[in-house]
Amino acid sequence: MMPIGRFGPYGGRFVPETLMYALEELEGACSTIIPSEGFRTEIEYYLKEYAGRPTPLTFCRNISRDLSCRVYLKREDLLHSGAHKLNNALGQALLARHMGKSRVIAETGAGQHGVATAIAGAVLGLSVDVYMGIDDMERQEMNVARMHMLGARVIPVRSGSRTLKDAINEALRDWVANVQDTHYLIGSVVGPHPFPSMVRNFQTVIGKEIRSQIMEREGRLPEAMVACVGGGSNAIGMFHPFLHEPVRLFGAEAGGEGLSGRHGATLCGGTPGVLHGSYTYLMQDAFGQILESHSISAGLDYPGVGPEHSFLKDEGRVIYMPVTDEEAVDSFLYLSRMEGIIPALESAHAVALARKISEDLETDEILILNLSGRGDKDVEQVARVLEVGHGSF
Amino acid sequence: MAPFRPADRLARAFQNRKGPLLVTCTIAGDPDYDQSRAVILALADAGADIIEIVMPFSDPVADGPVIQAAGARALVAGMNTDRLFSLIREVRKEVIVPILIMSYANIIIQRGIEAFYEEAGRAGADGVVVADVPFEEAGPFCRAARKSGIDQILFISQTTTPERLEKILGSASGFIYLVAALGVTGTRDGITHEAISLLRRVKESSPLPVVPGFGISSADHIRAYARAGADGVIVGSAIVGLVGDNAGRGMEMESAISSFVGELKAAASQGYRGIPPETVPGTKLT
Repeated sequence: MMPIGRFGPYGGRFVPETLMYALEELEGACSTIIPSEGFRTEIEYYLKEYAGRPTPLTFCRNISRDLSCRVYLKREDLLHSGAHKLNNALGQALLARHMGKSRVIAETGAGQHGVATAIAGAVLGLSVDVYMGIDDMERQEMNVARMHMLGARVIPVRSGSRTLKDAINEALRDWVANVQDTHYLIGSVVGPHPFPSMVRNFQTVIGKEIRSQIMEREGRLPEAMVACVGGGSNAIGMFHPFLHEPVRLFGAEAGGEGLSGRHGATLCGGTPGVLHGSYTYLMQDAFGQILESHSISAGLDYPGVGPEHSFLKDEGRVIYMPVTDEEAVDSFLYLSRMEGIIPALESAHAVALARKISEDLETDEILILNLSGRGDKDVEQVARVLEVGHGSF
Repeated sequence: MAPFRPADRLARAFQNRKGPLLVTCTIAGDPDYDQSRAVILALADAGADIIEIVMPFSDPVADGPVIQAAGARALVAGMNTDRLFSLIREVRKEVIVPILIMSYANIIIQRGIEAFYEEAGRAGADGVVVADVPFEEAGPFCRAARKSGIDQILFISQTTTPERLEKILGSASGFIYLVAALGVTGTRDGITHEAISLLRRVKESSPLPVVPGFGISSADHIRAYARAGADGVIVGSAIVGLVGDNAGRGMEMESAISSFVGELKAAASQGYRGIPPETVPGTKLT
């Protein structure tokens, strides 16, 4: 038996004393409110009637021919809000309401989780404050505007690397000060226990749907599955129902300029340590100072990763590989042109890794790729990158 | 004669106190190594009873803007764990009061938990405070501290439940760090009733000294905590801010520290005089 809140040696609750009360309260809510029939009915209603679940599992004829295997996309890009983040945001916002919290705070990198939280707050009547690094606000302007329109307040973060890591720091500082009436609606499978397992549980709807959809279509489980990993919520949501099945699992990390340059590939290039409340792989120097990550994709630009991924890496259950910025942009265009689907830059990392993995697959073998979000938010950035690099459209 | 164990230094300071002990914080290496050493010596000269040296971490989630900025300055100026221990070794030659190290879990874990406490003890530190290690994660840290003969200081906050309070008191040593305000470190205008009543509650349930920190920045604050029976008071951001404002000014920085700390010390030295006897803390130390 693992101790509470641990995945092997990873996880735990490394937080200031003041927050322990909130974590215990949340843990209590996870074991009483979430399993209750009332809550289940409510979350199922919102996921189906409001968010548009189940999302399709699309067979890709063109890519399958090109890669010589059977490629399916799990279409989280078609979920309301345009990314998988809403599964978790709706779940936690409902939970916050049940717990009597009137305010939720969130961090956001690419802005997708901020938008999802703003949406959930609007529909469920909670006030929403979103912390966002000012560098990310610049590269994700459209999502900042969306959050404002949805009635959320976006608080610019100017400390540290001014990206996702620092937005989480500020959200934690806010939570310590306002712990009695505020729920911290964390956006990924990171942070102190019970966040990593709670967020995973809200995201496993992805993997559960895949399971029944692929059984219906192919009558069997896939050979391989691929997802991108920043904090790792879409990946764990996809992988979790298959951990004990003979399915090869692959995580695409932000390789940035390559592992010898600036990157965000925490599992491929990091070492274990404590950041944001849990023991997990990190990018750090020899003295334990956290290093700044880099990725073309704001959603993967994070020097930590969910603790369960650290465990799955050590166990060898999931293979994590870096995908460079350049490869991601190339695959962004590849999916757009081949299938008429513009992926988020985060998801484009998974597309790139799928293209590599497909080399080891036979033509009748099945590969499922989690298309975690749509790319509208990234079109301007990719256009700029292509102009600078004289890339051709 | 038995070797002098550092933990004795902390216990003795509390035993011999006339009023609440003045615990002053400074960031190791802020604004640079040499000035930081001068700050520590100035704190000791001005009458600090305990000096808390903060080893900065890149992501200090328990700290407000003043300590964040100071930590960032120190890291840019090259502060690291090696230099922390040489700084403590150097000042230990001249400073006789107890020295505490405050930091974050990852700084200690990357050094190796046992190695960190051993080096801390050898350098002359008397206790370690880790901002993001609550009781539930404290086991390895407490064991390493005991092995090196130094104290692991644990926190109690307004949100600590009675069940957890009991557990924390069961394994705490040195003193209890009372988190006197919700939120991050930083100066605050006043002291809340909640902080005072928490202080009284903890003192009733433990023989250990109880020392509030967070938001304490003036002689008035210190007098208020003295009246409530605090065994010490921790002043952090107010001093750290003063160092930041006077960086590079040489003797001016030291005199600014001397006069501010002198004022705080005067308030603390008034001790428990003029305070109703029923609220005066007994020396319950064993």
